[in-house]
Amino acid sequence: MAAVHDFRGQVEALRPYLVRYASLTLRNRDAAEDAVQETLLAALSAEGRFEGRSNLRTWLTGILKHKCVDAVRRASREAPLAGEDAETAGEDFEALFDDREHWREHPSPWENPDGALEQKQFLRALEMCLAGLPARTAQVFMLREHAGLETPEICKELGITASHCWVLLYRARMALRLCLEKNWFAK
Amino acid sequence: MNISCKRASELMSQEQDRDLSFTEWTALHAHLAVCRGCRAVREQFKTLRKALRALSEGEK
Repeated sequence: MAAVHDFRGQVEALRPYLVRYASLTLRNRDAAEDAVQETLLAALSAEGRFEGRSNLRTWLTGILKHKCVDAVRRASREAPLAGEDAETAGEDFEALFDDREHWREHPSPWENPDGALEQKQFLRALEMCLAGLPARTAQVFMLREHAGLETPEICKELGITASHCWVLLYRARMALRLCLEKNWFAK
Repeated sequence: MNISCKRASELMSQEQDRDLSFTEWTALHAHLAVCRGCRAVREQFKTLRKALRALSEGEK
């Protein structure tokens, strides 16, 4: 029994981490809590299947990704994120380019990016930058890069066109590179 | 075909999501050969992908 209790405790201990990640994708605290709750229930009922596989956190994150995709699918069916497109339409990073669409200021390579990936604080900075993205842009980006969906799947889940999807992913990457440059690599 | 840095940056994002056409690919690489800024951005986009992976794998 001690082992069972221990497993439950370990799973529960990861709840705050899971809620943070679900929130980054779903942009809604209640929806994030629900997805995490479903994840924890699924994990507890499938403990036997966990035995000896990867680490607990990776395993739970894997389950959570599926729950987030389900939640996005449900939400976009019930209430499509309207008005979001207008929110970001004007922000096409025009200011970065001159009238011939070349960089006004040439970007420079980041210093030791692989070293940054090893650092907790860098990952916190990344989370902060992700939280600053407009909701739909963040959702598409997290489904692509965090949940690992291919763009046709994302289009299907969210009911948007492939080209719209690429535009949102482009905006996410451009915004994140500026945010990380300012908050991390400029140091 | 000569493409702008803006167009190159769009293609560098899209190459992470779909296969570029032959025309797009050659235009992008011709541009990258002469544009240091875009080469830097291409590396940054790749770093972003690795960073998101690091985020779900958790801190070591």
